[in-house]
Amino acid sequence: MTGSAYSGLLGLAAGAVLACAVVTLWRRDLRAVVAVLAVQGTALGITAGVLAAHSRDIGLGVTAALVLAAKGLVIPALLRRVVRRDPGSRESAPLVNVPASLLAAAALIVVAYLASGNITALAPDGPARLAPVGVATVLIGFLVLATRRKAVSAITGLLLVDNGVALVAFLLTAGVPLLVELGASLDVLLVVVVLRVLATTMRARLGPFDLDQLRELHD
Amino acid sequence: MLIYTILAVPLAAGAAAVPGRRWAGWAAAAANGAVLVLGIILAVQVTRGRPAGAAGGILRADALSAFMVIVIGAIAVLASCQSVRYLSAEAGRGACTPRYAALYTALVQAFVCCMLLAVLAASLGVMWVAVEATTIATTFLVGHRGTDGALEASWKYVVICSAGIALAFLGTVLFYFAALHAGGHPAGSLDWTSLMAASRRMNPGVVRLAMGLIVLGYGTKAGLAPMHSWLPDAHSQAPAPVSALMSGVLLTVAFYALLRFKAIADGALGPGYPRVLLVAAGLASLAVAASLLLTQRDYKRMLAYHSIEHMGLIALGAAAGTPLAIAAVLLHILGHGLAKGVLFLASGEILLAEGTSEIAKVPALLSRRPVLGGIFGFGLVALLGLPPFSLFASELNMLRAEVAAGLGWAAAIALACMAVIFAAVMAHGRHLLLGDAPPHGRREATPRAVAVPLAAGLLACAFLGVSAWPLQPLLHAAAQVVAS
Repeated sequence: MTGSAYSGLLGLAAGAVLACAVVTLWRRDLRAVVAVLAVQGTALGITAGVLAAHSRDIGLGVTAALVLAAKGLVIPALLRRVVRRDPGSRESAPLVNVPASLLAAAALIVVAYLASGNITALAPDGPARLAPVGVATVLIGFLVLATRRKAVSAITGLLLVDNGVALVAFLLTAGVPLLVELGASLDVLLVVVVLRVLATTMRARLGPFDLDQLRELHD
Repeated sequence: MLIYTILAVPLAAGAAAVPGRRWAGWAAAAANGAVLVLGIILAVQVTRGRPAGAAGGILRADALSAFMVIVIGAIAVLASCQSVRYLSAEAGRGACTPRYAALYTALVQAFVCCMLLAVLAASLGVMWVAVEATTIATTFLVGHRGTDGALEASWKYVVICSAGIALAFLGTVLFYFAALHAGGHPAGSLDWTSLMAASRRMNPGVVRLAMGLIVLGYGTKAGLAPMHSWLPDAHSQAPAPVSALMSGVLLTVAFYALLRFKAIADGALGPGYPRVLLVAAGLASLAVAASLLLTQRDYKRMLAYHSIEHMGLIALGAAAGTPLAIAAVLLHILGHGLAKGVLFLASGEILLAEGTSEIAKVPALLSRRPVLGGIFGFGLVALLGLPPFSLFASELNMLRAEVAAGLGWAAAIALACMAVIFAAVMAHGRHLLLGDAPPHGRREATPRAVAVPLAAGLLACAFLGVSAWPLQPLLHAAAQVVAS
């Protein structure tokens, strides 16, 4: 792969991860959000694949395949089943409306660039210069966690945070050691399974519910 | 070899938990007892200067790891003895099928095993995986009672802790990045010792960001304010033996992770910056605990907020960072684990007997249930840091170390918060233990199988307070590992 094609592809794939995060803020139909998550997982896997192809790193190649399978296919399939059982599932009234949350996302992207100054200064030539993209994805994930009220949206927020962290890991250090990556992917998968079980149990008990209906426990 | 055995024994007991096997609960207790014994053997080995490594550098035990294995083993024994009682009581009221009981035992053992893996991991990445796995193992345990409140608590628990721990992973990645750019660090290694070796050459700007993320991330799991909001819910809704494990050890296992990273950050930045972070989190935790304990109406939540206070004290002690301070922090970790474990287990027994966790509805335990009330009372005395229990010695030493490290002002604020907490807990405790006994109240006995382990836990805590000599070499060696 030539140098310019490599950096172009890398920028495109990493940019797609962030773009997907912004789109999850924009779409309120939860089925669409799950589809966007699948695209994001795929883009993350492609980022890792491009890095692996460039550095001829077999371990990273395996990681890329793993990420594609887990985040591009398995996790979205798990979520799709939650959403499908609830046909009218929409984020009806987020705490912050869509235009305001898009503006907030723009602000968060600026914050991400400012916060990552020290990181990019340390390795100005390598893929590390794209690190702010991953940090911005993490911050948007927290925005989703804080302002959305559906169970699936909370899971979406967690996955955005996780994908953002994974993207930073790929860009800065060409991924963590394979064993750690395996464990981390398994953990994320299990967290999604656990949350799915909890969400299903709660809906069986409460009917269609918003997360702010959960106020049994307080001081 | 020894390290493998420590991990395998509790796991085997968990795998043996099959529906209908009555002895599975006792097997789990025996396995956790074995962990305690093996931890002591490990501690003797490492204090004699033999750091044990295993499995291609994935696992390693130094004095700090060995100490944490002892803490986990000690509280796991207490909790699993009480688990047998909890499961038979739940089965008695028809709330727990044999399948559920087996799942419970298997999950508790998996939980214990994850904590052991976290403290025995050589790689900081594996440690992260293990800490995150504890969240997964405990989620269903928190929701085990199946009430609306328990479901809500486990939802909040897993969402908040997973989001927090993701930040810790980002912090870990940044430390790794800084090490790779420091030169001399082998690629593909997140080993704590090699990161420590590279720490002095790490880029300070990156480490500053990384350490902030680590404190946020592992601080969430350790229940430090302002990331504590899941803690009172999860700890009060979980079955008592699980609360004992979560409050008594899981919080401090997360803090152990923080201590490992603090040592690296100390090397890269000097002690100033990590100290600021820990003092801020510690004082915030103490303030939150003090203000919310005053108005607490539920005794399980009272104990949960009390854990936040102790995590705050531990954070302040770690902020001082001298060998004396770290040794006191570690003794406090063990003492708090024992006392809080005993109190949560006793509170589970009270809940079982009285059917409510409201303080106002449970008066005069000392006259109605003298043994159980006595254990609860002595447990409160221990937790409030009164002699002869070990928390008195460790709190005193932490405060002394803080003053010596120039943190006298923080120690003074901490003392003020502790005074408020003391008054609040005394008021609640007075009602619970003395109060006005309802007329026609009968004296009720406490089963010996409940009372004996709890009393043993308190005695151990008191013994350590009178004389910590058996632990002295281990504490000293463990403190040297991470002291600044």
